[in-house]
Amino acid sequence: MDPTAVTLDLMRGSASRRRKERVVQVLFGGAALLGLVISLAIVLALIEGAVSWLLSIDLGWLWSDGWYPRRNDFDVATIFLGTMIIAVIAMLVATPLGLGAAAYLSEYAKPRVRRTLKPVIETLASIPSVVLGYFALQWITPNLVERFFPSAGTANLLAAGLGVGILTIPLVASIAEDAMHSVPSSLREAAYGIGARRRTVTARVVFPAAVSGIIASLILGFSRAVGETMVVALAAGATGGAQRTINPLDPGQTMTGAISSLAIGSDQVRGSGFAFDSLFFVGLLLFAITLLLNIASERFVRRVRRRY
Amino acid sequence: MAVVTPADVRGPIDLALRGRHRDVLGLLFRIGLLGMLVLSLATLVVLIATTLTEAWPVLSDRGMDFVTSDGSILASRTGVRQGLVGSLVLVGCVAVIALPIGIAAAVYLQEYARDTRLNRILVANIRNLAGVPSVVYGILGLVVFVQALRGVTGPNTYGRSYVSGGLTLAVLVMPIVILITMEALRAVPTGIREGAYGVGATRWEVVRSHVLPYAAPGIFTGAILALARAFGETAPLLLVGAVTGYLNTPSGRDPIEILQGQYTALPTQVFAWAKLPGEDWQANTAAAIIVLLVAILVVNFVAILLRSRYERTW
Repeated sequence: MDPTAVTLDLMRGSASRRRKERVVQVLFGGAALLGLVISLAIVLALIEGAVSWLLSIDLGWLWSDGWYPRRNDFDVATIFLGTMIIAVIAMLVATPLGLGAAAYLSEYAKPRVRRTLKPVIETLASIPSVVLGYFALQWITPNLVERFFPSAGTANLLAAGLGVGILTIPLVASIAEDAMHSVPSSLREAAYGIGARRRTVTARVVFPAAVSGIIASLILGFSRAVGETMVVALAAGATGGAQRTINPLDPGQTMTGAISSLAIGSDQVRGSGFAFDSLFFVGLLLFAITLLLNIASERFVRRVRRRY
Repeated sequence: MAVVTPADVRGPIDLALRGRHRDVLGLLFRIGLLGMLVLSLATLVVLIATTLTEAWPVLSDRGMDFVTSDGSILASRTGVRQGLVGSLVLVGCVAVIALPIGIAAAVYLQEYARDTRLNRILVANIRNLAGVPSVVYGILGLVVFVQALRGVTGPNTYGRSYVSGGLTLAVLVMPIVILITMEALRAVPTGIREGAYGVGATRWEVVRSHVLPYAAPGIFTGAILALARAFGETAPLLLVGAVTGYLNTPSGRDPIEILQGQYTALPTQVFAWAKLPGEDWQANTAAAIIVLLVAILVVNFVAILLRSRYERTW
């Protein structure tokens, strides 16, 4: 046989290389499947716990005037309203600050300034939430809330909402800045060419072009605020339970806060029956809400990607 | 004959372009945006300044003694050593579990997977996992690692051990590792892969010796950011039973016993102390926060600097 001939067998490479290739592919594919397994585990754990809890309680307990697990008062409206109040306050802080910072960095700042400040904002995003909880309790409550609203107590939803808002700013700013920065400069140049000013370009050209990304950043910020736990656990001030309230100056409880305080008190509560297992139900509710928000924001992000 | 110089026309043209008056609204708009940016950054400054002033008595009086002391019920003798060690062990667990699996999954999804329905579902699913609140991962850890796998994770501690905490945090950061790694891999140009295929490399050889080295800075930064996130995470640890009170760490245990034993972490210590009444404990809380922030901010800033230094544009 001609020793220089290239056979099909030669082109396939050595058996050991092919074996290695197959092993690697199976291993890595397994790692990728793990993500699916984890989400199934989350959903199953939550549904199983929530359903068995719902079957064991009197459904009338879900509607009363407050969230007091030890008294079998599981008023869902209390923690849902608490969560929404905090998330709305947080977005009232994070929307103007985050979008303003993003617009300045993307449209006005010199490239060098942008390159320095963007990492600083991203660093802000890495501050642990428990630190913001302490800050809300020690600084925001006495210096902002109690100064302007003397009637507010030490623990109130407003301080917690402001703390969560600070935590949400960098997320909103970072995603919105990416969206504005990726608007093609030809759009800006066209506007300048017909004599537009910079503010007009920012507000009437860049903003509408980046609107999908900006909405996505706001939805993600809202979702983050809904899921935030430690700030609420420290500053909203309901370790045991809370009355249903729509006044941000009252102490209150959120879904995340309810889960964490049930978990901390688990040693005392576990024996007493229904209280501890309610965290599965609340967890399922929280999971469903944030999942919907994340899917919605993903929709908007995809719209941006398709366009440019 | 009159000569018109550029300087003569500059003035009138500028005037005409500006519309013959200063753009006051534009200036206000610009100042407003700048104000938002400054205010965002000012919160960081205020936060660090108040915490530092609050922490100063503890840091100046006790210095390293605060970092090297165990927890105590006395405010004047307590320290963060156990929390710091606990957090480092947890982060170590996360690094050992989440980084290899996360990077492997990202390589599969970005380099191996064809654009099938299953693979699209996998990626979308990982995106959603990254947005699940951390406290929900705590519930997962409670059900799976603390309750179901109690025999393995901590037979003598009701499953509340380093292993449970580390696994829970690993599951929590894995989606982040996968997404950042995929992004780093996507940034490597196709030409590099094709060059390697052209000389007969298998897919794994292409990935190992061409794609991964080029994507390494991005993957590395992502890994550091994910570990920093794990370091500061509190809520899930409360659910999987990190000790928030006094913790007794007996000496002379082998590594397996330690990993199956009770634990505490720096952020859970901060949480527990922040709820205690009294000036002393507030100062201790602030000091512990400073230790936590120094660890996280330094690591993060280095990671971000690394990224901006080695970031390539092809």
